[in-house]
Amino acid sequence: MKILMLGWELPPYNSGGLGVACYHLAKALADHGADIQFVLPSTAEHDEVDFMRVLKPQSTMRTTTQTTYRVNPNPYTGNLTAIRELQSEYEDYIETVIALERPDVVHAHDWLTLRAGMRAKAVSGVPLIAHVHATEFDRAGGNYGDPLIHEIEEHGLLMADHIVAVSNTTKKVIVERYNIPADKIEVIHNSAELLESHATDISAYRYIEQLKQEDYTVVATIGRLTRQKGLTHFLRAAAQAHSRYSRFLFVIAGSGEQRDELIELSADLGIADAVIFTGFVRGQALRDVYNLADIFVMSSVSEPFGLTALEAAQHRTALSITNQSGVREVLNGTLTYDYWDERRLADQLVALALSASLRSELAHDAGLEVLQMSWKKVAAQFVDRYQVLRSATA
Amino acid sequence: MSERQIMLYLHVHQPYRVSPYSAFDIGMRHDYFIDNEQVSNEAVFRKVAEKSYLPTNRMLLKLLHTQPKFALSLSITGTFLDQCERWGPDVLRSFQELVATGRVEIVAETYYHSLAFFYSRFEFEKQVLMHREKIQQLFGVTPRVFRNTELAYNNDLAEWADSAGYVGAIAEGWDEVLGWRSPNYVYTAPGVKRLKLLLKNYRLSDDIAFRFSNQHWAEWPLTSEKYIGWLDAIDANESLINLCMDYETFGEHQWEAHGIFDFMNAWIPKWLERDGNSFVTATGAVTGHEPADEVSFERTVTWADTERDLSAWLGNSMQQEALRHLYDLEDDILHTHDSNLMHDWRMLQTSDHAYYMCTKWFRDGDVHAYFSPYNSPYDAFIYFMNAVRDLRLRLIQHAIGEENG
Repeated sequence: MKILMLGWELPPYNSGGLGVACYHLAKALADHGADIQFVLPSTAEHDEVDFMRVLKPQSTMRTTTQTTYRVNPNPYTGNLTAIRELQSEYEDYIETVIALERPDVVHAHDWLTLRAGMRAKAVSGVPLIAHVHATEFDRAGGNYGDPLIHEIEEHGLLMADHIVAVSNTTKKVIVERYNIPADKIEVIHNSAELLESHATDISAYRYIEQLKQEDYTVVATIGRLTRQKGLTHFLRAAAQAHSRYSRFLFVIAGSGEQRDELIELSADLGIADAVIFTGFVRGQALRDVYNLADIFVMSSVSEPFGLTALEAAQHRTALSITNQSGVREVLNGTLTYDYWDERRLADQLVALALSASLRSELAHDAGLEVLQMSWKKVAAQFVDRYQVLRSATA
Repeated sequence: MSERQIMLYLHVHQPYRVSPYSAFDIGMRHDYFIDNEQVSNEAVFRKVAEKSYLPTNRMLLKLLHTQPKFALSLSITGTFLDQCERWGPDVLRSFQELVATGRVEIVAETYYHSLAFFYSRFEFEKQVLMHREKIQQLFGVTPRVFRNTELAYNNDLAEWADSAGYVGAIAEGWDEVLGWRSPNYVYTAPGVKRLKLLLKNYRLSDDIAFRFSNQHWAEWPLTSEKYIGWLDAIDANESLINLCMDYETFGEHQWEAHGIFDFMNAWIPKWLERDGNSFVTATGAVTGHEPADEVSFERTVTWADTERDLSAWLGNSMQQEALRHLYDLEDDILHTHDSNLMHDWRMLQTSDHAYYMCTKWFRDGDVHAYFSPYNSPYDAFIYFMNAVRDLRLRLIQHAIGEENG
């Protein structure tokens, strides 16, 4: 089975969960025997990837040197003109790739590669799967979002032979906002790869460790600092919780355009000292956040899936997540709340801080659930779908 | 012939800027002020030394040698003197040469250029004492006139300075406080026994300090004739003019290429030619003039910005939070008697750290008015708060060490 997979990023050169999901899905598919050509717009080297062929448009190599990579525009915060330019280069390149080797299925991840997917389908007649990790409505965090992106999404979803959404939450958005027939959309939830924890007792967060010994409760959230993540609600709830129980430490890991606003808000709320901004973390620093957290909050206004919640569950952390997060569909051992309900989150935080047994019960339950998941199972669902599509067009 | 005196007062300061200090540095390293690629205290010091301190001191020393009636006053912070000892013995020597003439007075202030007066009287007094000892050690003189950081002054400060034995204090001659009164007299303050107040003539001071090379200024270019004309236009009864400004005006804020040194070298000797005209030190001004009236500063007035308040340091909640948490550590820090901890805690009190967190310029649209080594006020806040957290961690570790020891 030959798959032409159209992606935008892969770790470690990723800005969010999209790259992580693509990587693990592709790896699991390769284990199933799929022959994958994975196309990226960036010039970053991915020498460590040996289970598939990573292709990059030649022309984007022009600025590559030994040590510096051209950074592809951040799909979440980058300027749209730059992204569009890169997309059009990417689309031209897809045509070349298809001419050299005809795949059985084209698998496009998100709006970023949807136009390229349509082009591939148009020139070759190969069936197109649109894999929706997030729609523009999600990214806009309750706002309308960019009309041009909506147009690309709508067109691409109409043209696709099949759509895979990462959650029912996302499927609902696609049906309601883009009027796509529900029977064309299949829900395949993401999984979580067990993060390798290197045996080390030196944590990157000495200060947090020390405060934990002083009986502080560490509440963490990880993600892009952007409207979609609902972090202003999180901070207001944190302030309410802090006013009732002072031994809280809130760790906000990630970067994004909302950072300055959040820093200022934490000062306005009088909890600046209790809120630690770590910036973007990966590797051991990321694992340490999960390890140190007693409570993990996913405060998203709109979250198609929410990989970080699974990672937190793997680390045996008690979870409090919004009803607007898709991951809620696969994790039952969590506390849930509506993203705007700051008081409820504050209540949950205080209750969790005061009850070690509640924390451990939740952590245990979610931890078991996440153990049942695997990218292997996810990949099997995709392989089934690829076969259906191939035989339909054969 | 009527007598007229000018009290020229220059403020010399460099902070120790906090280097980018992340959440991952907490507990791992304690060198908050170490130089790196982004923030180099040494590089700034040497740059300003070459552009300002050395040439300005040459100019001042020459004026002192050639003009017997020239005198001035300086406030020099402890953090500046520390930097001199590390990176500028030549700079330190040039200041010592000025003071050795006997016509250059050094004014008292806090060692760390801090706002401690508004947070802890105990700590404030300690820093004033440290500064006094440093000045005695390096210059062999004892300050008699007080200036608070950024000229932040109010009635409480007057009472404190009076009871601490100072004969004078320097403050902004701000219209909202003075009303119809002129800054060109000596005043007294409510409830003081002998303290006299020297008020900055901000118009004539800022003509040099801020406007000198501004080509959009209607009076540009400023010539010595014009400036002397303005001095002469003042009512003859107003016998004391206090020109107060940052020392870095000369060569750093106003460039040599724009003629700031030539201007000073021209108007000072020329103005001194006239009988009855002389320069005076701060103590000389205080002792040589009788108070014209009592002036009450109900609220704190500084020499900064159009608001003349502390809003550039304490105007937003980040700044308030940062200083609140820093000063909250006072008792714990002092109880350790650990000189490294106390030193770092005091270095973080330098008001410049809070200044770098200022967001006022978002509204003013005047980004360049606020010099900062950081990408944004938010970064300044993050690095500072992380350093405060590390201090707290060190306190905890110190306590554990005590128990075990």
